[in-house]
Amino acid sequence: MSATAALELRGISKAFGSVQALHGADFSLAPGEVHALLGENGAGKSTLMHIAYGMTGPDRGTIRVRGALVSIRSPRVARALGIGMVHQHFTSIGALTVGENVALAIGRRSDGQSVRRTEIALPARLMEGLPIGARVDTLSVAQRQRLEIVKALATGATSLLLDEPSAVLAPSEVEELLALVREFTATGGSAVLITHKLPEVFKVADRVTVLRAGRVTLHAPVAGQTPVSLAEAMIGEAPVGHTAEVLGTTAPRATPAVVDAAPARPAVRVGGIDVMAGELVGIAAVLGNGQRELLRSIAVGRGTAFVPEDRTIEGLIGGMTVTENMVLGLDTDPRWSRGARLDWNAARTRTAELIERFGIRAPGPDAPAATLSGGNQQKVVLARALEQGPQVLVAENPTRGLDIKATVEIHDRLRAAAAQGVAVLVYSIDLDEVLELSQRVLVVHAGTVREAPKGADRRVVGEMMLGVRER
Amino acid sequence: MSGQSLRATITAFVALGTGFLVLALGLAVAGYDPFLSMGALWRGAFGSWYALGSGTLVRAVPLIILGLGVALAFRAGAFNIGAEGQFYAGAIAATWVGLQVGTWPEPLAIGAVWAAAAAAGLAWVALPVLLKVKWGVLGVISTLLLNFVAEAVVSFAVTGPLQETQGVYPQSDPIADSARLPALAGSRLHLGLLLAVGLAFLLWWVFARRRAGFRLKAVGAGPLAAEISGRIPVKRVVAFALLFSGALAGLGGGVEISGVTYALFQNLSPGYGFTAIAVALLARLHPLGIVVTGLLFGALESGALGMQREAGVPAVAVQVAEAVIILVVLLADVLVRRAASRTPMPQEAA
Amino acid sequence: MSGEAVVLTGFLAAAIRISTPLLLAATGEMLNERAGVINLGVEGAMLAGALASALGAMEAGPWVGVLLAVAAGVLVSGVFAAVAIGARANQIITGTAVTLGAVGLTGAVYRTAFGASGPGLSLPTFASVPIPLLSAIPVVGPAVFNQPLLTYLAWLLIPAVGWFLFRSWWGLALRATGESIEAARASGVPARRVQVLATLAGGALAGVAGASLVLAQVGTFAEKMTAGRGFIAIAIVVLGRWHPGGVLLAALLFGGASALQFALQAAGLAAPYQLFLVLPYLLALAALAGGAGRSRQPAGLGK
Repeated sequence: MSATAALELRGISKAFGSVQALHGADFSLAPGEVHALLGENGAGKSTLMHIAYGMTGPDRGTIRVRGALVSIRSPRVARALGIGMVHQHFTSIGALTVGENVALAIGRRSDGQSVRRTEIALPARLMEGLPIGARVDTLSVAQRQRLEIVKALATGATSLLLDEPSAVLAPSEVEELLALVREFTATGGSAVLITHKLPEVFKVADRVTVLRAGRVTLHAPVAGQTPVSLAEAMIGEAPVGHTAEVLGTTAPRATPAVVDAAPARPAVRVGGIDVMAGELVGIAAVLGNGQRELLRSIAVGRGTAFVPEDRTIEGLIGGMTVTENMVLGLDTDPRWSRGARLDWNAARTRTAELIERFGIRAPGPDAPAATLSGGNQQKVVLARALEQGPQVLVAENPTRGLDIKATVEIHDRLRAAAAQGVAVLVYSIDLDEVLELSQRVLVVHAGTVREAPKGADRRVVGEMMLGVRER
Repeated sequence: MSGQSLRATITAFVALGTGFLVLALGLAVAGYDPFLSMGALWRGAFGSWYALGSGTLVRAVPLIILGLGVALAFRAGAFNIGAEGQFYAGAIAATWVGLQVGTWPEPLAIGAVWAAAAAAGLAWVALPVLLKVKWGVLGVISTLLLNFVAEAVVSFAVTGPLQETQGVYPQSDPIADSARLPALAGSRLHLGLLLAVGLAFLLWWVFARRRAGFRLKAVGAGPLAAEISGRIPVKRVVAFALLFSGALAGLGGGVEISGVTYALFQNLSPGYGFTAIAVALLARLHPLGIVVTGLLFGALESGALGMQREAGVPAVAVQVAEAVIILVVLLADVLVRRAASRTPMPQEAA
Repeated sequence: MSGEAVVLTGFLAAAIRISTPLLLAATGEMLNERAGVINLGVEGAMLAGALASALGAMEAGPWVGVLLAVAAGVLVSGVFAAVAIGARANQIITGTAVTLGAVGLTGAVYRTAFGASGPGLSLPTFASVPIPLLSAIPVVGPAVFNQPLLTYLAWLLIPAVGWFLFRSWWGLALRATGESIEAARASGVPARRVQVLATLAGGALAGVAGASLVLAQVGTFAEKMTAGRGFIAIAIVVLGRWHPGGVLLAALLFGGASALQFALQAAGLAAPYQLFLVLPYLLALAALAGGAGRSRQPAGLGK
């Protein structure tokens, strides 16, 4: 580790309750470089960067900024040290203007003469298309992300931590972002790119650090690495079977479902396009193009089950037991409801069966749903959805925040459901997941739905997502 | 006793204890003898059969009924803080009907009085329901405002259309005999107590075994999940919960008229609508628990009068104890939530 | 002046005088609501301030009364802040409990000090202070520019609060807190502290409102005398769309509605006095029903 590293973390350990998120992890960021921090969900990359940004403190370990030992107690301290962070969830306030958000970020140091017209001395390219007086809730997602970067740079960041920034962008917007990052580092800044997408690493990073289950498994220049070597470092063994999940390869690889008898009538129409029973159809779209409204309007239909995006707020009621959650949406099911009465014993028994069948790790059917892990909670939601015996299943970002093991399990269940004859619609913000899972891909752009041509690759679908291409 | 019930009971005792402690301390600071005052409080509540029967139990009746109403709304995540006004609305309706049904057979007369009271309470919460559905948390203010309006209507009624025939006192004529509840000989304890307990059991049964009770709980504990995954019409459930809550509060007013006062006058309620919030919260919204806490607070109110008589302490001081009890329950709840990611208290539904 | 002019001046003067406690309480409530806190304890804070001002004025004159009222208001809203913001308990119930406790406490203190019934206290009050020249303007002058000092204070607060909210960084931080605590925190705003301070400021102003009610309007203290003015203040904030100028206008509207009582009675309208009594509450209900621009409500209110 060079003494002139812009940012250096050594021996960082951090536990949350009984979960050890980081075991003695080392990370160093050299000036002028783009350093990729790679790892699957739950590997600890966000935690490590949260420590660097002062959002939480390490249990053990040291941090040095430009060689000097520091204690980063809060984001304010981090910013004062020149560390800026662009989070996955944007932190701008919709009801305030761009200028007000920047002034807020700059803090009391801003010449609060007139907080609405804050002068920001930043590269014109960055400020392009970002009107100072516009309310943030009128901006597009890419613009809002741009604002996050502006805020970070306006507070004097020389080391920029970007947390999965491409997750919310269409492919060409990602290109623009990566170009911006390179420009930033070319002028002396340093950037950390947190990601789980290998292609990005090869496109823009100089060095890469890989985390797996809280430990650093690889730290090297990108030049000497291959997708396989990185994947190995990420998941601990030569990738077999789930290659596509990890490598982010572009060809749609899903095995077609076996359907006994395809009925003539479609199970559901999505924006005018027929989907038959037993098909697993992927929905690809950039945030804010109407896919959410479209899918949710389908999801309330009869015979349709829904796996919503936010399982803790929309899917489950944390304070209620697993049994009670299972009854939610099924409270007229004749197996445990007669007239207006509810037979809780019958519900409990069935829930215990489902826990067994779906391999849900829970103390029992009476455990509060909030005590289950993310993956198990999602299994409860999926089990309940399938229990409804639906003709159509709509799943919105079903593997969000889950580690690879849980992700694979959910994917298998979705495929199994399709094999049983359910028409499955899966929307994921992760284009690779959509391509991996689906037999057919429907692209939603500005409220219109078009089918991607068979065998279309990432680039083609990406262009359709942006409306640049129609087929 | 399950872990949750044990915790709830401990919380209740801690809250009660803190409330009394604060009261005693405050009295001491104000120059009253705390021991004498507390003793007087006890005697006023339990010191004699009269205290128990005609004081504690009689005051428990409206507290239980209103407490049940408040708990019903709370369970669905809606806060009914207008029970006081709904109580008065029910009392007005009960009085008016009670004056008309002199020739009716007793069960019918009482039934009519109660029905009118419940209907009036329901009507009194209807506007706030509309506002809550439209404006969310701010709709709650409307229930508070209507409390004051209800008091003004009572004032108007007893100095105007409902004033007693002599026209001297600001109160109504006594209601017809057939509309009065049978009472235990020699005391003021009336049939209303059976109604209160009966309603508690009814509500308990609904909460535990009926789909409606489950939906109420789901809406209160997780409104978004209830809407999206449960396909429950959240706004409708909340509206119904509030309407029934108002009906119960109105019924409480009707029972008070037909069982205790037999006539309408101002200041009929020493704040039952607000004490009911403490009653409901202390019992963690459990209907059978509300019978217990209703009795407890009935004792408190009865004792307060005794305290005023014997030790000269203004009876209204116990409201401070009630407020402290509510606050401690809220605090305990927060601690529980932090410790075990359970949410016994409902979140406000949209 | 002509007869109508006299009536009009009298009406305006009364409207402004009556609106002052409402304006003060609403300004304070607007501040904490802009920070995301809805404080139903404002009624209790106002009542506590009323009693404190009476006691203070009796001992040492009206300005001491105002000082004590501020302290009382801060104390009451401090209890609310500790539970609702510090411990993050539900704001509605906490506020209700605080008001309940304040009503009980003020009632008990009053009765202990002065007995259950008896003649009202006689207190040294604030006289009207005419502003030279301006108070000579026909009709409007004697109404607007001949008011107690507390009224001028309340009016001057409006542009001051407006400047604070929209032209200072801390005002921006406060507004950000009311929209989203997480987002505010992410920008380095000490969100909870901002909420607590805003609530205490609201309590202080509620206390002054109580003092204004006692020492500049009614002239004495009676149990439960605030009669829901704190809650009406909340409706005024809604009607005024959480904006200082709007709050001023809304408060004047309410003052006018109450003053209408006297004007109509003077005109010989024989309606039961309870009707005039409920007018402000009905107006508040109407404000909540129609006047609210929900999109203007701070997004994080009550959370």
